Amino acid sequence: MGVGIEVSDLNAWYGSNHTLQDIQLNIPANHATALIGPSGCGKSTFVRCLNRMHETNPIARVTGKVRIGDVDIYEEASPVEIRRRVGMVFQRPNPFPTMSIYDNVASGLKLNGFRNRRVLDEVVERSLRQSALWDEVKDDLKKKSGASLSGGQQQRLCIARALAVDPEVLLMDEPASALDPVSTAKIEDLIFELKSEYTIVIVTHNMQQAARVAENTGFFLMGRLVEFDSTHKIFTNPRDKRTEDYITGRFG
Amino acid sequence: MAAHIIRPPLRPSNTNVVARRMKSGLVSGLAVLATIIVVAPLIAILLYLLKQGVSSLNWDFFTKIPVPVGEKGGGMENAIVGSGVILALASAIGIPLGIGAGIYLAEYATGTRMGNLVRFTADVLNGVPSIVMGIAIYALIVLPQKHFSALAGGVVLGVMMVPTVTRTTEEMLRMVPYAIREAALGLGVPAWRSTLTITVRTASAGIVTGCMLAFARVAGETAPLLFTAFGNAFQSTSLNEPIAALPLQIFVYAVSPYDEWHRLAWAGALVLIVLIITSVALVRFVVSRGTLKGAS
Repeated sequence: MGVGIEVSDLNAWYGSNHTLQDIQLNIPANHATALIGPSGCGKSTFVRCLNRMHETNPIARVTGKVRIGDVDIYEEASPVEIRRRVGMVFQRPNPFPTMSIYDNVASGLKLNGFRNRRVLDEVVERSLRQSALWDEVKDDLKKKSGASLSGGQQQRLCIARALAVDPEVLLMDEPASALDPVSTAKIEDLIFELKSEYTIVIVTHNMQQAARVAENTGFFLMGRLVEFDSTHKIFTNPRDKRTEDYITGRFG
Repeated sequence: MAAHIIRPPLRPSNTNVVARRMKSGLVSGLAVLATIIVVAPLIAILLYLLKQGVSSLNWDFFTKIPVPVGEKGGGMENAIVGSGVILALASAIGIPLGIGAGIYLAEYATGTRMGNLVRFTADVLNGVPSIVMGIAIYALIVLPQKHFSALAGGVVLGVMMVPTVTRTTEEMLRMVPYAIREAALGLGVPAWRSTLTITVRTASAGIVTGCMLAFARVAGETAPLLFTAFGNAFQSTSLNEPIAALPLQIFVYAVSPYDEWHRLAWAGALVLIVLIITSVALVRFVVSRGTLKGAS
């Protein structure tokens, strides 16, 4: 089951570049939340702060508070624990190239010392079914490398890999931006299916995509969260002039 | 104001198919020629060794130790075993140290002063003449112990493997895209484990090639063994005693004035090369069997 996310006074830097400024945001559990905004507005940095990936860059810095469920992730947990609870799907599909499809999906569990074959088999099948890839790969799970799949299949493999560790939150950083329209539609269908079980935060450049998959949408501009509301409200009757300008295509 | 690119009008200049094909053929021919020039010496060496050495090869060569001058027969069993011992020890030292240093350079020391120092040292070490390496280990191990030993021979070859293994490991790890590391970290895998399992595994084919290059290079080294392993006319597997090695034995036999020993030296050279080629091929085969369809 997904959990909610409460963000307060979040600031982030890359070196001297203040990329996120005073973000306040509550993301509801078991919903899909879209983050939109022009390139460089801080939306990717924002999701990377939610699983403490931001700080893997040596020049990066974060202040503020993020609560996921009942845990303050910067005070009460290690980054490794947090990343097990908060899965991430990246912009470009990044399966482990030397691993089979099976091992890719099982990697999160195996690398954390989980060895029970029967349970692994079950988890791999369940995750691949959840990511709607099972039927396409079930015959060569252990024969083919994850890198031998098409781009769209690779991205669904990466989603299965993230789901296999049973996260509560799934972060998706422009998961369909490198994919063709058919694969994109599949990923969107997936998000629709998955959001009953996970809290999903999806960064997207594509406003139609936000409108299709997300109940709530946040608009970022120059490191600030300009507006956060129901997707319907954001796209039909935004409060802020800048949001309106962006969604009507006047800039960005 | 829009800038206009001025280019010559498109003319049907490339319609002369015969001339084009001739040019293409000429360039491909040059490439084939260059390949032949590169491969020919290797094949020539192998063929010549076969011609000279194969007649002296027999079962005794692999099972008997050398006999005194003047007697017929005898073999190089001691040298084959000795090379095996020295190279096993060298690999046990050189490969883990080299891979460890390569991981340090690629994953932890990027842009640091220590990293640059290690990298520079590895490059200098790679250029140190092998005989100088031998003298260094002679001073460090043989002199304090007051005797030559297989240990000293293994250490000197192991140290010589380190720079090659280090630099290839570093280069191969650097070729692993950052996205792969991020994927592992994003799954909640600790950084050290992600490095050892995901990053190193992704680069493993290249790292193995580097180790094999280093192995093949030191397997034929003679000079550094002259005053470390020293050679031994009898069979020994003790690390604490002088030990025979194929390159040493070949050297001693080749410069001797006896025809019988010359023949044995040829056979030894053939065996040495075949052993190196088969061990490299074997490792490659074992590694490639683990590779999956479509793996890059």
